[in-house]
Amino acid sequence: MSHIETALLDIRGLDALSVRDSPLRRIDPRAKTLTALAFIVAVVSFGKYEIAGLIPLVVYPIALMAVDGLPPRIVLSKVLLALPFVALIGAFNPVFDRAAMVRIGPLDISGGWISFASILLKSLLTLSAAVILIATTGFSAVCVALDRLRVPRVFVVQLLLLYRYLFVLAEEAARMLRAWSLRSAGRRRLPLGAFGPFAGQLLLRSMDRADRIHAAMLSRGFDGRMRTDRVLRFRAVDAVFVLAWVALFVAARLYNAPRALGEAVMRSLP
Amino acid sequence: MSHHLVEAVDLHYAYPDGTAALRGVSFCITHGESVGLIGENGSGKSTLLLHLNGCLLPSKGQARIGGRPVTKETLRDVRRAVGMIFQDPDDQLFMPTAFEEVAFGPRNLGTPPDEIDALATRALATVGAAHLRDRPPYRLSGGEKRAVAIASVLSMAPDILVMDEPTSNLDPRTRRQIIELLKTFPHTKIIATHDLDLVMDLCRRVIVLHAGRVTADGPTEDIFRHPDLLAEAHLEPPLRMQACPVCAAVIPPPAPCQ
Repeated sequence: MSHIETALLDIRGLDALSVRDSPLRRIDPRAKTLTALAFIVAVVSFGKYEIAGLIPLVVYPIALMAVDGLPPRIVLSKVLLALPFVALIGAFNPVFDRAAMVRIGPLDISGGWISFASILLKSLLTLSAAVILIATTGFSAVCVALDRLRVPRVFVVQLLLLYRYLFVLAEEAARMLRAWSLRSAGRRRLPLGAFGPFAGQLLLRSMDRADRIHAAMLSRGFDGRMRTDRVLRFRAVDAVFVLAWVALFVAARLYNAPRALGEAVMRSLP
Repeated sequence: MSHHLVEAVDLHYAYPDGTAALRGVSFCITHGESVGLIGENGSGKSTLLLHLNGCLLPSKGQARIGGRPVTKETLRDVRRAVGMIFQDPDDQLFMPTAFEEVAFGPRNLGTPPDEIDALATRALATVGAAHLRDRPPYRLSGGEKRAVAIASVLSMAPDILVMDEPTSNLDPRTRRQIIELLKTFPHTKIIATHDLDLVMDLCRRVIVLHAGRVTADGPTEDIFRHPDLLAEAHLEPPLRMQACPVCAAVIPPPAPCQ
């Protein structure tokens, strides 16, 4: 099976996970979505050289995975997919930012390396929060939650359709790739020259399909609004869930516990 | 009863690139009729169907549903009356679960939320897909997708069902199930297909389309007895009406095997 096809099965598997039952899954999707957003904002609000301060926040993904029984291996495998892109973003920091910041024995660590590590850690945290949200809530429930939270309808409809047709588009691409590889006489990679026509073909096919989908939606009375009447109930436990986590994020942001701990240890040393 | 009338009056349509797809199509289909629309690839079948619920508007002539022309003003009522089942269920199914899919149409029509559940449940049960209710459509088999696509149109309680190749890509048993299902529907049916055996089972009337024009319109048995007429539209008589190669060896021709 080609790489795209296995990757696809992976994404579907993630969504299928959300059908299982656990205390976490009974929390209102709005509560989980808001908490995940608060977590992401808290993580990215840390300064560019910050590492120690981020460490307490690790408790959020770990606690959710533990309560839910979600295997960390699954979450990590999804997060690792995005890591090369993240690494590329931070790749030049060590090159441009060479001023020494930390000295460990004979080793000078430059600011660039620290900010690079900070970017990696932040991405690990935010990506795993997003993956855990989808795996414990389900994509469509997250969309309903966004809708109820008054996110503009256009975005919600876009998200729903994007998610639905991601599979169709990727399957289309996988079929085209397979057809190519069967006639490629053993070449592994699509030659650069063939890439243009390939991508163009895929775009044209997608546009045709978009036309047909739109016609099918219009035929069933679509007028630009996605209507759902899933009943959501925001209970006291949901409010506690959001407030407790947000309080923890704020505390972690305001009070650098690892540094305080380190200083306390240093002071107690003779 | 007249609100079930489906008429085409000198319908012309050219695609934006200039290709003339319809060159003056006229017919009138009355209440409860089941009509097969046949013709070669590119004869204009799908284009014609898209005019019947206003997905395309003619460049000349008129499509009329229930005596009213299909225009921008009447689109809402027309789409309520005409249920369109598309050729590729993947184009039609976009909601996260089969239930949401079937509820999509009634919700857009403004059906009260407390009725939607019963309506969607009944539509799913009608096509034998009640058990698929909470499954995501992209995970269903071809036949299941087709059934859910039909349910998603039935739930809007249309008077007229328009279908584009309802049995393409199905295995023989699933194809048979879909045919038996369609037989039970009292709706006016218009079915575009290359499956002429299906037309024999479901339709008493056939319209032959060739190069954007109607070349024949009449009772199914009459039209299928004219191989030259079918050949002109790149078609062959239904397999059931062709001499059976196995029987032919035993029973001398010209006895056709039914």
